[in-house]
Amino acid sequence: MTRESLVLSRRTGFLFLLPALFFVGVFIIFPFVWVFWLSFTNQTLTGVTAVEPQFVGLANYLRLFNLESWMDRGEFGNALVISAQFVFGSALIGQVGLGLLIAWAFHNRKGAVRETVYTLIILAWIVPDVVVAFTWMAFLDRDAGTLNAVLGLLNLPRVDWLIEHPVLSIILYNTWRGTAFSMLLFSSALASIPPSYMETAEVAGASAWQKFKDIVFPLIRNHVLTDVILITLWTFNTFTPFLITGGGPAYKSELVSIHTFRIAFQYFEFGRGGAIAVTMMLVNLVLALIYLSVLRRQEVRR
Amino acid sequence: MNQPARQSRPSLSHWIRFFLSRGAFALLVSLISAFFALPMLWLLLTPFNARGTLAVEIPAQPTLANFQRVFANAFAMHALVNSAILGLGGMLLVTLVATLAAYSLARTDVPGRDLFVYGLILFSSVVTGTAAMVPIFMMIFYLGLIDTHLAVILVCTGGLLPTATFIMRDFIEGLPRSYEESALVSGATPWQMFRDVVLPLVRPGMMVVAIWAFVNVWGTFLIPFILLRSPQNMPATVAIYSFYTEAGTPIITLTSAYSLLFGLPVLFLYLFVNWRYGFRFFGGIKR
Amino acid sequence: MARVQLHDVCKRFGHVTAVESANLSIGDGEFFALLGPSGCGKTTTLRLIAGLETPTSGRIVIGERDVTDLPPRDRDVSMVFQDYALYPHMTILDNVGYPLKVRGVPRPEIQSRVGAVAESLRINHLLDRRPAQLSGGQQQRAAVARCVVHSPQVFLFDEPLSNLDAKLRLEARGFLKHLQKEVGITAVYVTHDQAEAMALADRMAVMSEGRIIQVGSPLAVYRRPETTFVASFIGNPPMNLIPCRLALADGSAALSTPSFGLDITPLRPRLAASLHNGDTVTLGIRPEHMTLCAESMPCTMPGQVYAIQPLGSEVLVLVQVDDTTIAVRLFTDDPPLQAQHVHVGLTMERVMLYDSAGRLAVT
Repeated sequence: MTRESLVLSRRTGFLFLLPALFFVGVFIIFPFVWVFWLSFTNQTLTGVTAVEPQFVGLANYLRLFNLESWMDRGEFGNALVISAQFVFGSALIGQVGLGLLIAWAFHNRKGAVRETVYTLIILAWIVPDVVVAFTWMAFLDRDAGTLNAVLGLLNLPRVDWLIEHPVLSIILYNTWRGTAFSMLLFSSALASIPPSYMETAEVAGASAWQKFKDIVFPLIRNHVLTDVILITLWTFNTFTPFLITGGGPAYKSELVSIHTFRIAFQYFEFGRGGAIAVTMMLVNLVLALIYLSVLRRQEVRR
Repeated sequence: MNQPARQSRPSLSHWIRFFLSRGAFALLVSLISAFFALPMLWLLLTPFNARGTLAVEIPAQPTLANFQRVFANAFAMHALVNSAILGLGGMLLVTLVATLAAYSLARTDVPGRDLFVYGLILFSSVVTGTAAMVPIFMMIFYLGLIDTHLAVILVCTGGLLPTATFIMRDFIEGLPRSYEESALVSGATPWQMFRDVVLPLVRPGMMVVAIWAFVNVWGTFLIPFILLRSPQNMPATVAIYSFYTEAGTPIITLTSAYSLLFGLPVLFLYLFVNWRYGFRFFGGIKR
Repeated sequence: MARVQLHDVCKRFGHVTAVESANLSIGDGEFFALLGPSGCGKTTTLRLIAGLETPTSGRIVIGERDVTDLPPRDRDVSMVFQDYALYPHMTILDNVGYPLKVRGVPRPEIQSRVGAVAESLRINHLLDRRPAQLSGGQQQRAAVARCVVHSPQVFLFDEPLSNLDAKLRLEARGFLKHLQKEVGITAVYVTHDQAEAMALADRMAVMSEGRIIQVGSPLAVYRRPETTFVASFIGNPPMNLIPCRLALADGSAALSTPSFGLDITPLRPRLAASLHNGDTVTLGIRPEHMTLCAESMPCTMPGQVYAIQPLGSEVLVLVQVDDTTIAVRLFTDDPPLQAQHVHVGLTMERVMLYDSAGRLAVT
């Protein structure tokens, strides 16, 4: 029988934990449970079904995954595809890829160039969402936007980004926004590789690409993995592209998160919105479980 | 065979490779810098331009008139105050609750602690703001707290708490236990130890968490968007979308100035944290 | 009167047993060392006395009180930690005075008492500074000052000198011993450095893997290590241990190895009764009890010089005997040569014999 540890007694320790338990219980666990229940009803905000929602079983889900209609514009399948493109482009290639590239390019250099580039990238990350949305709306504007101005200078045709390529636009935006995190993470991972490893490889005659492939990447592989999972999770759940394209035009950039919003807060169909939310959470769950198992393996190895 | 080593002059191909790699690097740097800098140009120039458009133009006569218009707009200023209220409220609540919880997690043997941590990571990753917007709204609605600042502060706190707790826990775990133990052996009660030794040592971590929480609540859009109704309760993130003329076009001069104004506190706070503490916390947020 | 007593104290952390059946009786005013390699349980034992850990079983008595269930603040002890634990946000004055502050001593009295202690430790000019502004040696003295200021019943030291460089460490050793004798307070001192324990302690306990192996004064432990572990842990260089086979008869005894035979009949009366003819035993002899002989004489072993280490005050000669490298301490200006074949002689009265379980088998 072990008695109480001394720095903080068990009872005080529990008391300290109580407020956090309250918040987690009310704002995380409870919504999690409730949204499951909601998804099986036809709950709405107004009308009869607001006061007397009925249990409708899997009706909401069947509508979501109705293979005949789900790929129509404005339906759930469409949103899934768009989210998939968004995540692949802006999370995997964009943030992780770009972050890794920048971290690798700069990992041995110091000085003004590195500081400037890093500062620019971090600035893009810390400026509030709303402000960034406006700057990107201005940046991508067909007539006056900076991007088109630059293209014009290079004698390339002007493009109406937000109308013709909404998904690409939000991919660019989100990459721009989030690269800093991956870059910092990889920077510190690369910095933790003892210089002697690289020097030995150089003396042995390895090229930069061989160094990266044979020595660096195996050592940072775990960081790459956790980064990919985290970024995927965050990108999948982000709502801010709504501020740039509104999900349009004609639902062409409607991510799952924006789709949830439209169903729940424009049509006020909470039951159906709940079903979408549950689907989102299931995707999150898969990603989170993978993340946790990678963490666990790392802990064990340590 | 004793021939003196022949000193070979670097070959042409060597020089080509050298310049190519330097050139490639320079190209990369330019492209990346351009990519990250260009969008920001608009934000830095337009607020000072009396003729605010979506284009980037260096103002012929830089002016502060746009900012004056913002200051004169009572609604806009009040929205900033709202943002500050929400930010401060969230900051205080998050810091306090997270520190207490983190200390408990780092220093006690509460049964089920590891399970709690595991569950916390899991659930906080699964139940994001976007996924939970429906039940959160309904819950606040049924509690009659729609259109209150309190609701926004509480919901934001709930969302930020897991990460804040982990940051604080990592920080506290990094503090040597010998400080607390020495205080106990010196004769301090647990409360005296906490007050005299722990709190002062934990302050840097609390500051970082406080600023991080403030910045997050200051800039949050979705939660106030769905939970608030009356214009006088709106924070700046929502109010910024209401600057339209009667014709329905956005007033760019106002919006750009307001955006810059709204973004500046975040910039200053970041510079402050960077100067004071370096970026130690952000490289390993979730380890 | 014993100031600190441990009665059958055990401490388990989950499946790991850190301390097993510890029994100690530390006298009033004694400087007692807990010595052993890392992981042997010495720090855990100290923390049990401090009250920072509670024993899984057993009782701890300080003075006349059973303190087993008492928190640290009620035990009237003080402790110097390995990293000193000087609070970075307080001045040295506040740091040293903290034990008085939490006991409600009024501020003017704190200042005078801290001043007095600081003066005797030569840090009174540093009282306004923060710990970060002090050198390692000064920090150490400040930590000791905090330990002394409220006159506890027992001082506890957890490897307090290990963060100092070698020269400072020697100075600090002398100063700690002097201080303890002056104030006359019982001290329990944890270290992994056997020279330090030997230099400082009135008595010591050698620990290994959670158990107390031997307790005694430094000289007693040095001269009669009761196990091969203690023999090889105490002394620098440690005792030479050579595996041999014992040939035992009624009136004689001899040791033999592949390369030599050694007649140890003078030791026959002192041999333990548990030894039998043909047993594998370990011969133990300290380097200073050996010498080099030119010719084969009765008490010698043949070997080959493996390395020569002139240390200034002496010459340490490493000799390869069978598969063992033994150390011989010589005081000579004419050391042997590398790879020279030599004969090593030993002083019979100093020979230790250990049985196959490593226990001393000679009285």
